Amino acid sequence: MATTHTLSVLVENKPGVLARVSGLFSRRGFNIESLAVGPTEHEEISRITILVSVEGSALEQVTKQLNKLVNVLKIVELEEKHAVQRELLLVKVRADESTRRDVLQIVELFKAKVADVGPEAVTIEMTGRPDKLNAILKMLEPYGIREMVQSGMVALGRGPRSMTQAALRPAERSA
Amino acid sequence: MTESSITGAQALVRSLEEVGADVVFGIPGGAILPAYDPLYDSTKVRHILVRHEQGAGHAAEGYAQASGRVGVCMATSGPGATNLVTPIADAFLDSVPIVAITGQVPRPAIGTDAFQEADISGITLPITKHNFLVQRAQDIPQAIAEAFHLAGTGRPGPVLVDLPKDVLQERMTFSWPPKLDLPGYRPVTRPHGKQVREAARLLSSARRPVLYVGGGVLKARASAELRRLAELTGIPVVTTLMARGAFPDSHQQHLGMPGMHGSVSAVTALQKADLLIALGTRFDDRVTGKLDTFAPNATVIHADIDPAEIGKNRLADVPIVGDVREVLRELIPAVEAEYAAGNRADLTGWWRQLDQWRETYPLGYTEPPDGALAPQYVIERLGKIAGPETIFAAGVGQHQMWAAQFISYENPYTWLNSGGLGTMGYAVPAAMGAKVACPDKLVWAIDGDGCFQMTNQELATCAVEGIPIKVAVINNGNLGMVRQWQTLFYDERYSQTELGTHATPASGGTAKRRIPDFVQLAEALGCAGLRCETKDDVDETINKAMAINDMPVVVDFTVGKDAMVWPMVAAGASNDEIQAARDIRPEFEGDD
Repeated sequence: MATTHTLSVLVENKPGVLARVSGLFSRRGFNIESLAVGPTEHEEISRITILVSVEGSALEQVTKQLNKLVNVLKIVELEEKHAVQRELLLVKVRADESTRRDVLQIVELFKAKVADVGPEAVTIEMTGRPDKLNAILKMLEPYGIREMVQSGMVALGRGPRSMTQAALRPAERSA
Repeated sequence: MTESSITGAQALVRSLEEVGADVVFGIPGGAILPAYDPLYDSTKVRHILVRHEQGAGHAAEGYAQASGRVGVCMATSGPGATNLVTPIADAFLDSVPIVAITGQVPRPAIGTDAFQEADISGITLPITKHNFLVQRAQDIPQAIAEAFHLAGTGRPGPVLVDLPKDVLQERMTFSWPPKLDLPGYRPVTRPHGKQVREAARLLSSARRPVLYVGGGVLKARASAELRRLAELTGIPVVTTLMARGAFPDSHQQHLGMPGMHGSVSAVTALQKADLLIALGTRFDDRVTGKLDTFAPNATVIHADIDPAEIGKNRLADVPIVGDVREVLRELIPAVEAEYAAGNRADLTGWWRQLDQWRETYPLGYTEPPDGALAPQYVIERLGKIAGPETIFAAGVGQHQMWAAQFISYENPYTWLNSGGLGTMGYAVPAAMGAKVACPDKLVWAIDGDGCFQMTNQELATCAVEGIPIKVAVINNGNLGMVRQWQTLFYDERYSQTELGTHATPASGGTAKRRIPDFVQLAEALGCAGLRCETKDDVDETINKAMAINDMPVVVDFTVGKDAMVWPMVAAGASNDEIQAARDIRPEFEGDD
């Protein structure tokens, strides 16, 4: 059975790196569920957060192949228990005078935010774990979802440690 | 060393000189043209003008495989670059260290579908170890230095450097050596001591062990260490298609080549083994056959410099990441320590069985019933007469398999072929590259008539540039390996496999129509052309070819079309289903 893993991949901030990473996944037959890329606290490093769905021991092959990419600096699998995982959701819901109050109540219940309001619709912004985003979507559905957009997941390991610092240290390896 | 204000093109040539690239195979064109101007003046870099960029790429591969140095090829943008794609893919699958330098349209034109524009760094992303699209002339020395470093270290492979024309024309300040900035590239060469000791323990106690040797042993230049381990342990050795020559064929412990067309003893030894010591090899499907029935009772020690190969196809019980030479250097004393502690299994029974397989099912062939010349005989004699110091480069197909089977390889780097990609047309340009790298060595290309017609134009290069290679065309008038499969699996329906290089015309008469006539073609290309059609003439023709050393020689060995490569494990079948010859399945005592 396929299981989903969250990989946090530090890469050199150079042109074409995302194509190298995503190309590797497609040509090796690995399934990407979500992908988010962005800067880190170090200008020369970007972080790609990838949710990959693999069977059995294939995750090892994914990380080994990723590690072979010259621009990949470090890969950490972030386990759900030990990581903060967030997605961003923007959803435009039909809301007129008769339903706006109910919709806003849902927003409040989920500690979401209203990003834009008009006479016929509100746009709601929410961050959270995927299950929480799914929950609010389910609640909003009856009012009519006009359109929505969701970011890929981003994640950081819990606790004080930083994987970027470790990646910046020059290569050392005890035999 | 700093030099003020030279062009990017001059910096490129200076960088090539500094990294020690003495030969570049290539063809100029619009976008790369600036580079050819300073190249004209270089006394350290010899440029060899080939006739097709594919030839440049394979020549770089042949150069690299024969010498161990990084091979270099160069082409212009667009079609020049895309013509390099096949040899780059070939080098990727066979881990051959080459650097491909391509021109690109000027930076402002990139992305506009400009004349001769192709996104070659994008195109070669999946088939290079790494590639660079250089954006500033100032970055050229570093890109070249990094490209050579990446190509030649760790698991070797092709690296492409794409240079926009205006970057080549831009002025920069040259300084050498540049700083390598590859923070994500850290190949592990030293093996893990604990893993090596565990391997030594298994290796000393196994009762049916086999050393399964791949091309990585050649890449690591570890033939001497392999021989020491083999002779220390008495363990039988099989060498894959990519590893022929890594261990002497004449050695008593050598069982031959495993795989689809491997010897019965090599294939069966792997199947019945209780321990595989896999060295620099990747459990390719052409070796394992049906993977889940491969070596079912074997524990696996797998040593490779590429961690991704370990566990990719077959789970390794003892994974060892490291350079195979360093692995062997540590493994040998570890095994000696096991022996000193009294841990040494008796291999007498195993060898009795191996010898029986070897004697019952030796490699061999039968003479064609129609009296035609047997291709295997030609290749066997060529190996004998040319001798073990000769470098052989093969194309792809039946002749390649026979050349792997019937020539005795005694030395490393004497067998060059396209193993992973299976690129027809590899032989002639690869032989050219090998001869350039090793001018004092005798270099024979063994080619099929199909392969030869793909890349023979490089013989013009050889003739003009004074590269006297020899080519044996094993001319059966057909795409022989495809025809063999049609014989075996497609009911002898020979769809599109007859090439007509020596067909008897349908209009009658006895004179053969030869299209093309390889002797005349050879002469047209500035080579000597010889022909041999009978067994009696084989030795004399080979000797005649051996005596011509001032120009390339092509010998058209006109052979029968019905010879087949045996033994054979059909594609997708288990290695247990090996056929020693057509419809002859070996029977094994103690089959379980």
